[in-house]
Amino acid sequence: MSTLHTVNKSPFERNALCTCFGHITAGDAVLMIEDGVIGARKGATTAAMVQAALQKGKVYALSSDLAARGIKPADVIDGIQLVDYGGFVDLVTQHGRTVSWL
Amino acid sequence: MAKKFLYINRKAPYGTIYALESLEVVLIGAAFEQDVSLAFIDDGVYQLTAGQDTAGAGMKNFSRTYKALGDFEINKLYVERESLEERGLTLDDLQQITWEDENEDYAEKPSIHLVGRAEMASLIASQDVVLSF
Repeated sequence: MSTLHTVNKSPFERNALCTCFGHITAGDAVLMIEDGVIGARKGATTAAMVQAALQKGKVYALSSDLAARGIKPADVIDGIQLVDYGGFVDLVTQHGRTVSWL
Repeated sequence: MAKKFLYINRKAPYGTIYALESLEVVLIGAAFEQDVSLAFIDDGVYQLTAGQDTAGAGMKNFSRTYKALGDFEINKLYVERESLEERGLTLDDLQQITWEDENEDYAEKPSIHLVGRAEMASLIASQDVVLSF
Protein backbone atom coordinates (compact mmCIF):
# COMPACT_ATOMS: atom_id res chain seq x y z
CA MET A 1 0.00 0.00 0.00
CA SER A 2 1.22 3.48 -0.79
CA THR A 3 2.49 6.09 1.65
CA LEU A 4 1.22 9.52 2.69
CA HIS A 5 4.06 11.96 3.31
CA THR A 6 3.41 15.17 5.26
CA VAL A 7 5.77 18.15 5.12
CA ASN A 8 5.42 21.00 7.62
CA LYS A 9 8.52 23.08 6.89
CA SER A 10 9.04 25.80 4.29
CA PRO A 11 11.40 24.66 1.51
CA PHE A 12 13.21 27.98 1.96
CA GLU A 13 14.09 27.19 5.57
CA ARG A 14 14.61 23.43 5.60
CA ASN A 15 15.32 20.62 3.13
CA ALA A 16 12.35 18.52 4.35
CA LEU A 17 10.33 18.92 1.13
CA CYS A 18 13.35 18.17 -1.09
CA THR A 19 14.28 15.09 0.94
CA CYS A 20 10.66 13.94 0.99
CA PHE A 21 10.45 14.15 -2.81
CA GLY A 22 13.65 12.10 -2.97
CA HIS A 23 12.02 9.27 -1.03
CA ILE A 24 8.61 8.84 -2.62
CA THR A 25 7.64 5.72 -4.52
CA ALA A 26 5.00 5.27 -7.22
CA GLY A 27 1.48 6.02 -6.01
CA ASP A 28 2.56 7.98 -2.94
CA ALA A 29 0.93 11.25 -1.89
CA VAL A 30 2.60 14.34 -0.42
CA LEU A 31 0.56 16.70 1.75
CA MET A 32 1.91 20.18 2.54
CA ILE A 33 0.80 21.46 5.95
CA GLU A 34 1.71 24.40 8.22
CA ASP A 35 4.76 26.25 6.75
CA GLY A 36 5.04 23.43 4.21
CA VAL A 37 2.38 25.18 2.11
CA ILE A 38 4.93 27.87 1.22
CA GLY A 39 6.22 25.29 -1.25
CA ALA A 40 2.83 25.31 -3.01
CA ARG A 41 3.18 28.90 -4.27
CA LYS A 42 3.44 29.51 -8.00
CA GLY A 43 6.55 31.39 -9.09
CA ALA A 44 8.67 30.29 -6.13
CA THR A 45 12.16 29.08 -7.03
CA THR A 46 11.17 25.72 -5.52
CA ALA A 47 8.21 25.27 -7.90
CA ALA A 48 10.19 23.24 -10.46
CA MET A 49 10.95 20.65 -7.79
CA VAL A 50 7.23 20.44 -6.96
CA GLN A 51 6.27 20.13 -10.62
CA ALA A 52 8.73 17.26 -11.02
CA ALA A 53 7.15 15.53 -8.03
CA LEU A 54 3.68 15.97 -9.56
CA GLN A 55 4.88 13.73 -12.40
CA LYS A 56 5.63 10.96 -9.88
CA GLY A 57 2.65 11.20 -7.54
CA LYS A 58 -0.06 13.37 -6.07
CA VAL A 59 0.63 16.56 -4.15
CA TYR A 60 -1.90 18.13 -1.78
CA ALA A 61 -1.92 21.28 0.35
CA LEU A 62 -4.04 22.04 3.40
CA SER A 63 -6.34 24.92 2.41
CA SER A 64 -6.58 26.47 5.89
CA ASP A 65 -2.78 26.74 6.13
CA LEU A 66 -2.66 28.36 2.67
CA ALA A 67 -5.40 30.82 3.66
CA ALA A 68 -3.64 31.64 6.94
CA ARG A 69 -0.59 32.70 4.94
CA GLY A 70 -2.53 34.68 2.34
CA ILE A 71 -1.87 32.20 -0.46
CA LYS A 72 -4.98 32.16 -2.65
CA PRO A 73 -6.09 29.00 -4.49
CA ALA A 74 -5.24 30.72 -7.80
CA ASP A 75 -1.66 31.21 -6.53
CA VAL A 76 -1.15 27.49 -6.04
CA ILE A 77 0.96 25.48 -8.52
CA ASP A 78 -1.29 23.75 -11.08
CA GLY A 79 -1.81 20.12 -10.20
CA ILE A 80 -1.65 20.56 -6.42
CA GLN A 81 -4.99 19.57 -4.91
CA LEU A 82 -6.38 21.48 -1.95
CA VAL A 83 -7.84 19.58 1.00
CA ASP A 84 -9.54 20.60 4.26
CA TYR A 85 -9.05 18.80 7.59
CA GLY A 86 -11.58 16.14 6.58
CA GLY A 87 -9.60 15.56 3.41
CA PHE A 88 -6.44 15.25 5.50
CA VAL A 89 -8.11 12.45 7.50
CA ASP A 90 -9.27 10.76 4.29
CA LEU A 91 -5.68 10.78 2.97
CA VAL A 92 -4.41 9.18 6.17
CA THR A 93 -7.01 6.39 5.92
CA GLN A 94 -6.35 5.81 2.21
CA HIS A 95 -2.63 5.09 2.68
CA GLY A 96 -0.79 2.26 4.38
CA ARG A 97 1.41 4.51 6.50
CA THR A 98 2.10 8.16 7.13
CA VAL A 99 5.62 9.61 7.15
CA SER A 100 6.19 13.06 8.68
CA TRP A 101 9.09 15.03 7.22
CA LEU A 102 9.96 17.46 10.01
CA MET B 1 2.43 -10.10 15.92
CA ALA B 2 5.48 -7.89 15.65
CA LYS B 3 5.13 -4.85 13.42
CA LYS B 4 7.84 -3.28 11.32
CA PHE B 5 8.85 0.03 12.90
CA LEU B 6 11.17 2.46 11.12
CA TYR B 7 12.69 5.41 12.96
CA ILE B 8 13.87 8.11 10.56
CA ASN B 9 16.65 10.33 11.90
CA ARG B 10 17.37 13.53 9.96
CA LYS B 11 18.98 15.83 12.53
CA ALA B 12 22.56 16.13 13.75
CA PRO B 13 23.10 15.35 17.45
CA TYR B 14 23.45 18.07 20.16
CA GLY B 15 22.05 21.00 18.12
CA THR B 16 18.52 19.87 18.94
CA ILE B 17 17.05 17.23 21.26
CA TYR B 18 15.71 15.08 18.36
CA ALA B 19 18.57 12.55 18.18
CA LEU B 20 18.55 11.80 21.91
CA GLU B 21 14.75 11.59 22.02
CA SER B 22 14.82 9.20 19.06
CA LEU B 23 17.24 6.88 20.87
CA GLU B 24 14.96 6.80 23.92
CA VAL B 25 11.89 5.97 21.86
CA VAL B 26 13.83 3.33 19.90
CA LEU B 27 14.80 1.57 23.12
CA ILE B 28 11.19 1.67 24.34
CA GLY B 29 10.07 0.13 21.03
CA ALA B 30 12.66 -2.63 21.41
CA ALA B 31 11.23 -3.49 24.84
CA PHE B 32 7.96 -4.34 23.08
CA GLU B 33 9.77 -6.80 20.79
CA GLN B 34 8.89 -5.07 17.54
CA ASP B 35 10.84 -5.39 14.27
CA VAL B 36 12.88 -2.19 14.56
CA SER B 37 14.95 -0.47 11.87
CA LEU B 38 16.71 2.90 12.04
CA ALA B 39 17.27 5.18 9.05
CA PHE B 40 19.88 7.96 8.98
CA ILE B 41 19.21 10.60 6.32
CA ASP B 42 20.48 14.18 5.77
CA ASP B 43 22.28 15.58 8.87
CA GLY B 44 21.08 12.49 10.76
CA VAL B 45 24.19 10.67 9.51
CA TYR B 46 26.19 12.83 11.95
CA GLN B 47 24.59 10.93 14.84
CA LEU B 48 26.86 7.99 14.02
CA THR B 49 30.22 9.74 13.54
CA ALA B 50 33.20 8.27 15.38
CA GLY B 51 35.19 10.28 17.89
CA GLN B 52 32.48 12.58 19.22
CA ASP B 53 33.85 14.63 22.15
CA THR B 54 31.25 16.77 23.90
CA ALA B 55 33.38 17.79 26.90
CA GLY B 56 33.96 21.28 25.57
CA ALA B 57 30.32 21.73 24.62
CA GLY B 58 29.26 20.68 28.10
CA MET B 59 26.75 18.13 26.87
CA LYS B 60 26.23 14.46 27.55
CA ASN B 61 27.91 12.31 24.87
CA PHE B 62 25.31 9.70 23.95
CA SER B 63 27.11 8.36 20.87
CA ARG B 64 28.19 5.19 22.69
CA THR B 65 24.52 4.24 23.08
CA TYR B 66 24.38 3.35 19.37
CA LYS B 67 26.99 0.66 20.00
CA ALA B 68 24.74 -0.88 22.66
CA LEU B 69 21.72 -1.20 20.36
CA GLY B 70 22.82 -4.68 19.27
CA ASP B 71 22.25 -5.92 22.84
CA PHE B 72 18.60 -4.93 22.41
CA GLU B 73 18.34 -6.82 19.13
CA ILE B 74 18.37 -3.59 17.14
CA ASN B 75 20.80 -4.39 14.34
CA LYS B 76 19.37 -2.73 11.24
CA LEU B 77 20.87 0.74 10.94
CA TYR B 78 20.42 2.04 7.40
CA VAL B 79 22.67 4.96 6.43
CA GLU B 80 21.94 6.81 3.20
CA ARG B 81 24.93 6.97 0.85
CA GLU B 82 23.91 10.27 -0.78
CA SER B 83 23.54 11.97 2.61
CA LEU B 84 27.09 10.90 3.57
CA GLU B 85 28.54 11.99 0.22
CA GLU B 86 26.84 15.41 0.28
CA ARG B 87 28.56 16.06 3.61
CA GLY B 88 32.00 14.82 2.57
CA LEU B 89 31.69 11.73 4.77
CA THR B 90 32.29 8.03 4.17
CA LEU B 91 31.54 4.91 6.19
CA ASP B 92 35.06 5.23 7.65
CA ASP B 93 33.95 8.39 9.46
CA LEU B 94 31.27 6.45 11.34
CA GLN B 95 31.52 4.30 14.44
CA GLN B 96 31.78 0.56 13.91
CA ILE B 97 28.57 -0.86 15.26
CA THR B 98 28.13 -4.61 15.46
CA TRP B 99 25.78 -7.21 16.89
CA GLU B 100 26.29 -10.82 17.94
CA ASP B 101 24.35 -13.43 15.98
CA GLU B 102 23.43 -16.12 18.50
CA ASN B 103 22.43 -18.44 15.66
CA GLU B 104 25.99 -18.38 14.33
CA ASP B 105 28.00 -18.93 17.53
CA TYR B 106 27.73 -15.23 18.44
CA ALA B 107 29.56 -14.11 15.32
CA GLU B 108 30.00 -10.33 15.24
CA LYS B 109 28.18 -8.77 12.30
CA PRO B 110 27.96 -5.14 11.18
CA SER B 111 24.73 -3.33 12.09
CA ILE B 112 25.27 -0.42 9.70
CA HIS B 113 24.04 -0.92 6.14
CA LEU B 114 24.86 1.63 3.46
CA VAL B 115 21.88 2.15 1.13
CA GLY B 116 21.14 4.44 -1.81
CA ARG B 117 18.23 6.89 -1.81
CA ALA B 118 16.02 4.65 -3.97
CA GLU B 119 16.66 1.71 -1.67
CA MET B 120 15.80 3.93 1.31
CA ALA B 121 12.50 4.84 -0.38
CA SER B 122 11.70 1.12 -0.75
CA LEU B 123 12.59 0.55 2.90
CA ILE B 124 10.11 3.26 3.95
CA ALA B 125 7.44 1.75 1.70
CA SER B 126 7.84 -1.66 3.40
CA GLN B 127 7.10 -0.49 6.96
CA ASP B 128 4.00 -0.72 9.12
CA VAL B 129 4.84 2.33 11.21
CA VAL B 130 7.27 5.18 10.52
CA LEU B 131 8.34 7.61 13.26
CA SER B 132 10.29 10.75 12.37
CA PHE B 133 12.92 12.59 14.38
